[in-house]
Amino acid sequence: MSALDWCFKKSIWVYHVNAGACNGCDIEILDTLTPYYDVERFGIRLVHTPRHADALLVTGPVTRQVRDRLLRLYDATPDPKLVIAVGSCPTGGGIWHNSYATLGGLANVLPVAVYVPGCPPRPEAILYGVAQALGLVQQQVSAQAYAEVT
Amino acid sequence: MSALDVTAAVFYTLVFPGLLFTGVVGLLLTWVDRKVTAIVQSRVGPPWYQPFADVGKLLAKRMVIPRGAPALGFLAAPLLAITGATLSAAIVFQAVFKPEEGFIGDLIVLVYLTALPAIGLIVGGASSRSPFGAVGASREMSLILAYEAGFLLALSTVVVHAGSIRLADVNLAQLLEGPIVWSPSGLLAMAVLLVCVQAKLGFLPFDISEAETEIIGGPLAEYSGVGLGLFKLSRAMMFLVLPALVVVLFWGPVTATPASLVAFLAKLLVVEVLLIVAKVTHARVRLDQALRFFWGRVVVVGLLAAALAVIGL
Repeated sequence: MSALDWCFKKSIWVYHVNAGACNGCDIEILDTLTPYYDVERFGIRLVHTPRHADALLVTGPVTRQVRDRLLRLYDATPDPKLVIAVGSCPTGGGIWHNSYATLGGLANVLPVAVYVPGCPPRPEAILYGVAQALGLVQQQVSAQAYAEVT
Repeated sequence: MSALDVTAAVFYTLVFPGLLFTGVVGLLLTWVDRKVTAIVQSRVGPPWYQPFADVGKLLAKRMVIPRGAPALGFLAAPLLAITGATLSAAIVFQAVFKPEEGFIGDLIVLVYLTALPAIGLIVGGASSRSPFGAVGASREMSLILAYEAGFLLALSTVVVHAGSIRLADVNLAQLLEGPIVWSPSGLLAMAVLLVCVQAKLGFLPFDISEAETEIIGGPLAEYSGVGLGLFKLSRAMMFLVLPALVVVLFWGPVTATPASLVAFLAKLLVVEVLLIVAKVTHARVRLDQALRFFWGRVVVVGLLAAALAVIGL
């Protein structure tokens, strides 16, 4: 592992984006940032502008209106960057997966690195998701393709 | 000036005690800052290498120049800040390691050099083409005029005590007559200087120009990658240089012997922790409150200290 990789693993500044969420996941993200969990131990920090960010924590099912803003936000974030989907909604649209008002999940708009499912996910789960995105913990499950059982 | 002299000067400016040394020690002190903050907030806090990882990552990231922003000002501003921090470090540590090489008036030069990081913030904020940057730059501009007044008064008290505008002579005067801080005028002037250093470092309660929760970092809002990393590095370097200046001016003498350097480090940490505790236990004041505070009480106390020094107290 080179020194630069090490720097990226030890310092990750996140920017919180609400893409039409019900506020449940947003409150869980705020819980993750409290002294109780103390994410500064892992070098994780909430920043206030996408220019400083290394990762975007996106909540919500991505409504039609927010799509443009989300793309602009992604462009405003300097490379290299990660997108982490927090909650059931950005993972697959949640209960709005087939609504005309949403785009049914974040993967339809941005390349997602890690999904943190849950409605809302626990703070531990969000921390685990960020750690997984950085490769700090072993991956437990892998992507599965659907196969017809004959 | 021979080639050897030039090499020595470059080494002195860029390696020890200039850019590299001050950067590394400054980043370690930034960790002290974050750890003390964490302890006060009953957290564990980051590991010691955290500031190095942060700055290393920022230096490796891509820098985005906002569309329509004047690139020259936007790119020059972080360089201005880091140059100011490096040169101030070179002058302050010259008084410690090479006292005989100081020139007459280096204290005056230091006043200008320590203002450079703040001027870098103003230039960067004004040329970042963002309302947050413009608001932050204008706030920093009002604030710099206010706190420099107190800074100059505290420095003039020291000049009256030492009878010289050379940093090495201030050190020498303290070697003969004991630390300046133990005189009534010295104590007042050091208090004034500490308050001004707090504002110069952009610490709470005077982080009005950055105000992360209010104008999302002000001048820093549009900076990313290398630019932001250089600003953070210059901030870390000033976090070593300014408290070191306070110790050298008031709480000396500092000589290049091991015992004196250990004592210097202990005094430095006392000053740093004082600044950090003030930072974590105070809320941000408004710009008008800060201006009234600096132009009012700080200037009055500073004038009092200078007057006391003139009559020999």
